[in-house]
Order: sequence, then structure tokens, then C-alpha cells
Amino acid sequence: MGIWTNLSAGLRGLFRKRKAEQELDEELRDFLHKSTAEKMRAGMSREAAVRAARLEMGGLEAVKEGVRSASWETHVEALLTDLRFGARLLRFNPMFAGAAILSLALGIGANTAIFELLDAVRLRALPVKNPQEIARVVFDRRGSRSGNFSTRYPDFTYAIWEQIRDKQEGFSSVYAWAPVQFNVSPAGEVHNVQGLFVSGKFFETLGVEPALGRLLSTADDQPSCASAGAVLSYSYWQQGYGGRRDVLDGKVTVNRHPIPIIGVAARDFYGVEVGRNFDVAVPVCAEPLINGENSQLKSRIGWWLSVMGRLKRDWTVGRAATQLRAVSQSIFEAAMPPQYNASNAKSLLAAKLVAIPGGSGISDLRESYAQPLWLLLALAGLVLLIASANLANLMLARASVREKEMAMRMAVGAGRGRLIRQLLVESLLLAGIGAALGALLARDLSRVLVASMSTEQAPLFVALRTDWRVLGFTSALAIFTCVLFGLAPALRATSVSPGLALKEGGRGATQGRSRFGLRRILVVSQIALSLMLLVGALLFAQSLKNLATLDPGFRRDGILVVDIDFTARHLPTEARRAFSDELLRRVRGIAGVDAAATAAIVPLSGDGIGHDILVGASGDAPDDVPVAAFNYVSPGYFETLQTPFLVGHDFDEHDRLGSPNVAIVNQAFADKFAQGKNPLDFKFRVRRLMKTSAPYQIIGVVKDTKYTDLRENREIIVYSPRAQNEEAGSDAQILLRSSAPLAGILSAVKGTANEADPDADITFYNLHRMIDNGLLRDRLMARLSGFFGVLAGLLAVIGLYGVISYMVARRRNEIGIRMSLGADGRSIVALVLRECVLLLSIGLACGVALALAASRAATSLLFGLKPDDPATFGMATVILAAIALAASYLPALRASKLDPLEALRHE
Amino acid sequence: MTDTSATLVQGTLDMLILKTLALEPLHGWGISQRIQQLSRGVFDVNPGSLFPAFRRLERAGLLECEWRTSENNRRAKYYSLTRAGRQKLRSETKEWERQVAAIARILQTAS
Repeated sequence: MGIWTNLSAGLRGLFRKRKAEQELDEELRDFLHKSTAEKMRAGMSREAAVRAARLEMGGLEAVKEGVRSASWETHVEALLTDLRFGARLLRFNPMFAGAAILSLALGIGANTAIFELLDAVRLRALPVKNPQEIARVVFDRRGSRSGNFSTRYPDFTYAIWEQIRDKQEGFSSVYAWAPVQFNVSPAGEVHNVQGLFVSGKFFETLGVEPALGRLLSTADDQPSCASAGAVLSYSYWQQGYGGRRDVLDGKVTVNRHPIPIIGVAARDFYGVEVGRNFDVAVPVCAEPLINGENSQLKSRIGWWLSVMGRLKRDWTVGRAATQLRAVSQSIFEAAMPPQYNASNAKSLLAAKLVAIPGGSGISDLRESYAQPLWLLLALAGLVLLIASANLANLMLARASVREKEMAMRMAVGAGRGRLIRQLLVESLLLAGIGAALGALLARDLSRVLVASMSTEQAPLFVALRTDWRVLGFTSALAIFTCVLFGLAPALRATSVSPGLALKEGGRGATQGRSRFGLRRILVVSQIALSLMLLVGALLFAQSLKNLATLDPGFRRDGILVVDIDFTARHLPTEARRAFSDELLRRVRGIAGVDAAATAAIVPLSGDGIGHDILVGASGDAPDDVPVAAFNYVSPGYFETLQTPFLVGHDFDEHDRLGSPNVAIVNQAFADKFAQGKNPLDFKFRVRRLMKTSAPYQIIGVVKDTKYTDLRENREIIVYSPRAQNEEAGSDAQILLRSSAPLAGILSAVKGTANEADPDADITFYNLHRMIDNGLLRDRLMARLSGFFGVLAGLLAVIGLYGVISYMVARRRNEIGIRMSLGADGRSIVALVLRECVLLLSIGLACGVALALAASRAATSLLFGLKPDDPATFGMATVILAAIALAASYLPALRASKLDPLEALRHE
Repeated sequence: MTDTSATLVQGTLDMLILKTLALEPLHGWGISQRIQQLSRGVFDVNPGSLFPAFRRLERAGLLECEWRTSENNRRAKYYSLTRAGRQKLRSETKEWERQVAAIARILQTAS
């Protein structure tokens, strides 16, 4: 009741201010009148009584002020007055206001955008019912697994998933899922969308509701898979089907198999993988149908599923982990792949299953982008700090101009607190407008960020939403910067003694040493922080350059990859080999194609094959067997990629199935195994799980090449003829090299492939482009840190320019005297630059020290250079020093052109 | 004239105002006179603290006010207690008596 009365009375006071004031006035006058009357009754004269009554009252205005300050609306009113006053001042200084607001908007916008992304990728929970109850089942770090790994989260085989489902106790329900690419084109050119295999309990466990039709249930995921249906995501339904309600009558073609559409998932449900959006979900049981002979479901060495579940009400993740650990051994024994040899089995049994929290979804993005994003947030934070320092500097400059105003107001009785409040309100106004613009800017910035992290193969989907966390972050930033740049100048501006400031004629006390000192400290810290950012920018740029110009051991430019998928064609192995050989022959015949070859693994595509190497032509396997990376290639592969032979020669047509095993190895292999002897005499066998091959004869040694990743160290690689490889995969890749534009070659290859077989599923990509896509993160870091570095340098230079110009203005008289005593322009320039050099060298020294300490955080993101790379530090220092000197040369030049008479008269 | 109101214990002024108004509605001058009379001139309340106190109590919902025209046709603002004001007065008085008794006990044993 009390609060309510207070509020309504206050609001009434606020809106009917005049009436309230009149009433107060009337009440006080009534009091005076009665007091006077009383005194007259006691025998005073009228005048004496009036005087006495007034004295007793002690100033009508003071009493009124007392009454006003007893009610809250007065404070609101004062605040509004301050705001109006502040807004007016800003309107009168559009340059100042514009610069301040722009730098704040950029700083706050960049911070908010990065935070928004971090929030989405790292902090936010999945859009499902009670996400904190969701946990994921994973292997602990012990042991190791062998087999075929596909999909982004190849945690388990189907057999192990079945065992987990039956033996776990901590979850009220569990599900398995796998992200894959589905080709949804009914015929002709491939059109891939983001697909999901999900087990029957997927939607039920997560508590997702259908937006249309029904979702998949346990009944849909039966071994017979008689009624396999597909669920579309809401966004795919909208984009691919225009949101039509009759989709339920239709079918979606997944890898050439039509599957009836049974429903659409809820609008905000994007899947359980942060950073990706699913388009089509089908039951796990449909996997053999869709993947054909590549099916992993029945294979005990096919690792492709991830398992998650909802914890029982009274179970914690820790308790569920303990239970899983206890049943791990029996699960692995029951699901042991028959293909495993003794050491494979031992490694698998050494592993244990555990549960980890899964409420914020799972994401490979998180691992690769969490650290860069935190780092970028730190860099953006530094930019904001520099912007604040710059603003503080501008405010200080203004404070010295407004010194007399402050002194005057204090002289007529304004309290210091009141003045500080007014100055802070001005800062808050700036920060508020800056933050509002920054928040608007952030929406676009974060979209650009997301776009720059996406590729055609892996489109990034981030549910960017401005939630309370983002808003809170932005407002906290605004308040923080406001205090940062507003408080010190406000304290400074109001710490003058009014008498002194007014007495000092045209010059305020701001020109005293100590006041100017604060501005210098600000500039020094700006320079130091800018140097940190510049060092960061140069480090990342250099690292990207190292990666982009690194010699991978093969040619990147002018290589086109042609990917032929046989899955939907059910051709026998021999027919496949014949088809790809025929296609290769025709591709080689295309005008403009310089060389072409087939390969099972395209280098740096991320795919890989690894097998054990047994040294010697016979004998038992030791305990610790070295593993080599494998590639099955046709003759001409090295010629196509221009990887030079160090010793020996290429494969030829005689290396076929049935002829002696031959291999070409890379130099790392030769160095490791031949150890100075002639590598061509070295014999080895290959163990693929249970099977050990006949001895291999090395016929050539090639230069080292990168295999899966540009950052990897020297990999041991074995090339073997594709024709000798029994397990010809369901797809083949033809790599071709051409000096002609690839676009023209591409259409010629398309025509040739169509001629050979109009039904073949063929996709193309450019090798260089693919490698570049692998450098996405490095490019993002280089670009953003470069942007921040430039921004920071610019702000610091503006700050330095301001301080030097101010110093020149302050020393006008002195310069005038020096000039009239015979100093020439050059010595005046030197005088001014001396100041600049002093500030610069302190700033640079601090900056180097800070950057050395901070750059260690970037170690793991850098390639080919250390975070304390002296050349980078030197370059950053020189760049910053050069532009800073240039910025202060202008005011120095202006000082040297002063007319001495004019300068002296200024006094 | 000495201003002894400064020696009033913090919060006591509010209680005195409430007590004064417990009998009948009064205007500002009346309240100040009543306090002076009842305290036999010990407390002489300064308008500078009296009027802010009115505003405070009014905002707290303890007082309500009404404009009345007095004998010589002047408008005067009369304050009266609300129901909450009466309750507050009762509880304040009780608390005050408790404290005074306690202080008295301490002073007696100390001397």
C-alpha cells in the first residue's frame, strides 16, 4: 500500500508539477502568515513579526528544496533535465558526438556480435524440453577403436548402440542419431541436404512436438523398416516446399529412394547439433536402404552413431557415468567386431563408456571455434577499451573548455555531486546511444561472421537470437564504458576550486601539469593496447600466409576433382572399375586436360585410411605396430598432382590384381624404415584388422605431402595401385590438372560423363577451393584481428593527434617567444615531436610487454610461427610508430608556422 | 530562540507528528505549535525539517491531507492520520517505551 501510494503520488507530482508547486507554495505561505500573526498577537510590530517569521523559516526556497528531495520524482525530474541538457550539448557539438557515438557503436557492436555467437555456440541450451536432463554417452580417453569411421560424430557401431540401449540404467530413454548428407535429387545432378538418421525414441526423448503431421516413433524404427517415413525440419519445409500442407501426401527422394513424408518438426527445433540445421530425418533402420552396400548398420566395424538420452528423475550425469562404466566391458564383449585381431580387441576392451552433459547440444564447431571466439571477444574488448580511452581524452579536452562553467555553477551553490551526476548523465547518454546503435550493428555483424564460417559443403546454422544474456551483456558494456570514460573526466572537471578557476583569467587550471598527465597516461595506454592488437593482427595474418603458401608437396592450383558415386547403381565391382577406367580415359582425351588420375583419397579432403605396417617379408607382429596412411591411386597420380619422385618410378598397367604387390612410399616412410639403406630393397606387409597381406615391394619414393591437414607433421604415407586394391569403394575420384580455366573444363567433363553414363551421380570441386575452405578459421581470425588492429591503430592515432595538438595550443606563448628569440621551424618541430616520441616509446614498451604476455593464448591457433615472433613484434612497433609520428607531425608543422606576434598577442 | 530539534533522536520527529495528529486533523503551523506546547517549549520544530517530514509521511501512506478554508477565507492544508498511520503510531510508541525503559534501567545500574 505504501509503495503504491508513493508511486501514484509521485507520478501525479511529476505530471501535475505546476499544481504541486503551487500547493507547496501556498502551504508554506500559510505557515508564514500564521507564524507572523502569532508573533503580532504576542506584541511584535508587523515588520518585526514578518522578519522574525522569515528568519525562523530559514529561506523559503531551501525548505521547498527539502520537501522536494523527500520525494523520488524530483530525482527523475533532475535526471530528465540533465538528459535534456546533455542532449543539447551534444547537438551543439555534432563532431564530438558523432565521433564518440561511432567509436562506441563499433566497439560495442563488435563485442556484442561476437558474444552473440559465443552465446549461441557455447552457452545456450538446446531448444528442447528440460535440456539439463539430456546427457551424451561417450568413450573415455582410454583405449582405441579401429574400423570405418563415417559421419561427424562416429562414437558407436550399431551393435554397441543396441547394447547401450539394453544395458544402461540411468536414462529414462535413449536414442542414437547420426548426421549425414542426403542427396534429395530424384535424378540427374546431385542436390545435397543435411540429413539425420534417428532412432525411434529421438523426438520422444527430446520432447519435440510436430508442427504438421506426426514425428518418427519406435514403431517406425523396426528392423524390417517396413514403414520408413521422413520428417522435415520446419525451415526445410518452408524453403523446400513453400510451407505447403500437402507435403504429407508426397515423398522425399533420399539417395534415389523415395520415402514418404510423415511430418514436420516444431519450428525452433534444429536438431541436437549446435551450428548445424537438419533438413530431413529418417529412421536409423532405413540406413541399409539409403546407403546400399556402404551400409554401416550391419557392419560391426562401422562407427557412425552418437548416443544421447534423458536422465531418470533422480539420476545425475555422474551416477549414469558410473553405471555405464560398470557395464562397459560386457557391452564391448557382446558387440566385439569379428574382424578384430587380438590387439584391436585389447584396445577396445581397455576403453570405458561414460556420460557427459548434453543439454547444450553437441558440436564439433564448439571445439574448433570456442577458443577463437573467446580470443576475438578479448580483442574486441581491447578495441572497446581503446575507444573508451579515446573518448575519455575527448571528454577531458571538453572539461578544460567547460572549466569556467563548472566553476561558476559551483560558485552559485551547485553541489559537486550534482555536477558529477550531470556529467555522468551526459556520458551515459553517449554510451546509451552508442550501445543502441552497436546492438543494431551487432545483428548484421554476427550474420556476416556466421556467413564467413560457412562453406557450401557445411553450411553453418546458428540460431542467433537476441536473448536476455546478450542484452545484459550489451547494457553492462554500455555502463562499463560510460564509467570508464565518463567518471575520471567528471571527477577532474569538478575538483577545481571555483575561486582559482575563475581567477585564472582565460586559462583554466586544466592546464596544470597533473591534469595534462591524465591525458598522457590515456594516450600511452591507447598506444600500448593498439600495439597488442596490431601484434595479434600481424601474427594471424602471418600464420594464414604460412598456411596458404605452404608447400603441401603437390599442386593446389588448376586441379579439378570429379567425384563419382556408384551407391545408387548396384554395379558389380568389376563393372565399376571398368567404368571409372573408361571415364578416366575419356577425361584424359578432353582438350585442355594436361593430366588425370584416380585416387581413393583426395589429399586434405579430411578423409583417410590407416593400416598397420609389419616390417619385413614374414614374421610375427610386435606389440607396438606402426600405422601408415594409405592411398590407392592409378598410374599418373603423381604426374597429375606434380609430386616429384625422389627415387624409382610410377605404377603402370602391369600392376594389377594377381601381380606382385607394389607400393610407392613417401620420404617420411623411407626415412623411418629404410634408415639410410636403399628403400627399394625394403619389404613390408600390411595388416588390415585380421588380414595380413603378402609382402609389398617398394618401387618408388616420392616427396612428402600433406595427407589430411595442412598443419600435420610428416605423415608416413603408402600409395598402392588402385588396380591391386580388392576393396574398391563405392565411389571413385578422378583428379585432373589443366592450365585452361576450370569452368570450361568442367562442362566438358560433365558432357563426357553424361556420354559414358547419363545416370551416374557426379559432383565436382576445385582442389584449391577445398583447401581454402579448410583454412576458414584461420582466415576468420586473420580478417577480424586485422580489422580490429586497424581500428585500434586509428583510434590511438586520433588520440595522440588530439593530445599533441592540445599541447601545441597550450604552449603557444612559449613557442612564440622561442621563435621571436630566433628558433627556426625545424627546432620547433623537434620540440613538439620530442613529446610525441616520449609518449610513443613508453606506450610501445608497455605494449610489447603486454603483447608478449597475452599472445601465448593464441599459440595453438598459429601455424609456422611462435607467438613471440620477433619479426612480427618489430613490424608492429615500426608500423605504429610511423603512423603515430606522422599524426603528430601535422600539429608540429602547424606550430612551426605560427606567427610569433600573433602567438604572443594571444596572451 | 534555540533550535533544539536537531537534538531529536532520528525518527522521533515522525512519531511526534503522528502523535499530534492522533487527536484531530491539523495544518502545518498548528502541528508545530502543538509540538512546542506539549513539550513545554523543549522541542521547537524547524519548518525546514517539518515540511519534508510531512511529505515523507504522506508518501509512506501514513498521513493524508485535505485543503480547508479557514476562518478568514485562507486555504490551509490539513493533515490527518490514515489507518496505517494510527497503526504505525501504536507500534512506534510501544517500541519507544520499550527502549526508554531499557535505557532507564541501564542508567540506574550505572549510577
